[in-house]
Amino acid sequence: MSDVTLTIDGQLTIVPQGATILQAARRLDKQIPTVCYHPHFTPPSLCRVCVVEVENARVLAPACSRIVENGMRVQTDSARVQRARKGLLEMLDSAVDLSDAPEIQAYANAYGAEPARYGAQIKRRAFPLFDDNPFYIRDYTKCIMCWRCVQACGEDAQYTFAIHRAGRGFDAHIATFENVPLPESTCVYCGNCVQACPSGALKPRREYWLEHGLDLKELARVSQLERREKSGDAK
Amino acid sequence: MELKLITANLGKINPSSIDDYLAHGGYRALQRVCDATETVSFTHDLKAAGLVGRGGAAFSTGLKREMAIRAEPTHPYPAPEWIPERYRYSSSFVVCNADESEPGTFKDRLLLEGDPFCIIEAMTITAFLACATVGFIYLRGEYPLAYERLTHALRVARERGYLGKRILRDDFAFDIEIRRGAGAYICGEETALFESIEGKRGEPRAKPPFPTDKGLFQRPTIINNVETFANIPFITLEGAQAYRRYGTKQSPGTRIVCVSGAAQKPGAYEIEMGTPLRYVIEELAGGLKPERTLQAILIGGAAGVFLKPDEIDVPLAFESLDAIGATFGSGAIVVLDDTAKMWGVLLRLARFFRNESCGKCLPCQIGTQRQLEILERMTQGRSRKLEQTDISPEELRLLRDTGAVMRDASLCGLGQTASNAILSAFDKKLIL
Repeated sequence: MSDVTLTIDGQLTIVPQGATILQAARRLDKQIPTVCYHPHFTPPSLCRVCVVEVENARVLAPACSRIVENGMRVQTDSARVQRARKGLLEMLDSAVDLSDAPEIQAYANAYGAEPARYGAQIKRRAFPLFDDNPFYIRDYTKCIMCWRCVQACGEDAQYTFAIHRAGRGFDAHIATFENVPLPESTCVYCGNCVQACPSGALKPRREYWLEHGLDLKELARVSQLERREKSGDAK
Repeated sequence: MELKLITANLGKINPSSIDDYLAHGGYRALQRVCDATETVSFTHDLKAAGLVGRGGAAFSTGLKREMAIRAEPTHPYPAPEWIPERYRYSSSFVVCNADESEPGTFKDRLLLEGDPFCIIEAMTITAFLACATVGFIYLRGEYPLAYERLTHALRVARERGYLGKRILRDDFAFDIEIRRGAGAYICGEETALFESIEGKRGEPRAKPPFPTDKGLFQRPTIINNVETFANIPFITLEGAQAYRRYGTKQSPGTRIVCVSGAAQKPGAYEIEMGTPLRYVIEELAGGLKPERTLQAILIGGAAGVFLKPDEIDVPLAFESLDAIGATFGSGAIVVLDDTAKMWGVLLRLARFFRNESCGKCLPCQIGTQRQLEILERMTQGRSRKLEQTDISPEELRLLRDTGAVMRDASLCGLGQTASNAILSAFDKKLIL
């Protein structure tokens, strides 16, 4: 394998062929914010927060998946890049509840995002809480649609394919096939998706309810009740 | 001027008769390619002819073919098991993008319904040069007649030995399958189209790798628009010099424009490149109805831009449209007279993109929704005729920012162009 020479922010660097811009930039200690990127998964390059400016390219390129080429000249923090990142984080903040995503919030602050610009009368992600299994809850109002859970469930880790993407455009969301409750899906409760979720949309059930003021005793009683109902023993 | 180069057969030949097609010079181009002792010259010729893609992106067709032919097969051979058995042994693919869903565009439909054998021949020529054994026509689901005619044409071509095994020579096999779209605009985007053919969700892939390297089933793929294919038999037969006789220096050939809206005779017209827009609207399409005045022209479809009435003299060629910041796009020309409500048009465009965004990348998924909301806020509770001065500068800046983010950061052409028309209406002060 030969090496590739490129310039990142005016700094000449040599990286192995097949590396991504993100990898090359990280070797130079350049900080590029990422949201959907996870080092163990195929980069879906969809959050676009990691976009960088490649000279002579019409549009910005996602650093997480763009493979370096010889003679490439990359700007990781140009005015155009900053505008795009600020705008993206603004949009994200205006649509999703980011209260459980401190990392994304920090990016939003760093880039000076003002989600309030979009006003109050806007469509936000709204979903009922899915609390349909003993292990974890799914709170899709916090979902940023990064697909990490789908990747973890599917070809990047578990090969279970219990969840997938449904809907289009703003209504795109993560769902089980035919929207069945999780216990009726192929889910094996491996927990990989919960671990991969960057924004707290997937959370262990106990953690969620403890955060919402239930104490352990109450929680135990609730689960007991549920188990009884399920077994048909409604006494 | 009107010039019938690729539409010459339309309405003249019986689209379901291969004999009629043969009598009008059909399959002579394929015969020539199959008889040739060397094939490189055909691709050189295509490059020299300067034909560019007619779907909207205007990429050089010859270069695309050359890149696909030169692409190194990086995939193991034979292909992995997830690829269906009958596609595994094709070292590359030829795909015809007939998912014509750009609003105001209907040229591909006419070509497919009127001259299906021409498209099949062009695909077969391309397949021979690129060593493909399987081709696909991704047909828009809403074109039932085109589907019937194509299905029939494919069957007849197979019976007559123009498809299948041993086409005109012993060592050439090629067949075409039709895939019908299910109504998604995004599936006209080439990589989303591949995903759709592969049986996945129709969502675009990140580019690069480009289709010429890793396209359908991860194999080098040549994907062209129907109109682009329709040019290929002519160039193959007559050569680059003959083709360059038509059109302008930078945009040779002809183009089918689809005039719709307030024109007296809306329809598809094949014109020589460089024909002024005024000629198309006033002569070919019969001008506006009496006592109406021109308000605006939307050129290039929903992803295009608006032109002001005083820009009507622009020659319709890639370079001259580029010079005024417009785009030829898919060839759609929507004429809006003074009775059209611009706000309604803008809202409709915004709604279209909101509905058609696939939701994969964030800028498009959220941006198209926000764009619509901003426009709705601007029009809400106001009189039908909205003065530009009514718009608060903050709202307008927000609209521009949203548009800029979508244009810069979106994954595919849909998001990148979703704000073009709307912002151009503001830039050109067409809102009143």
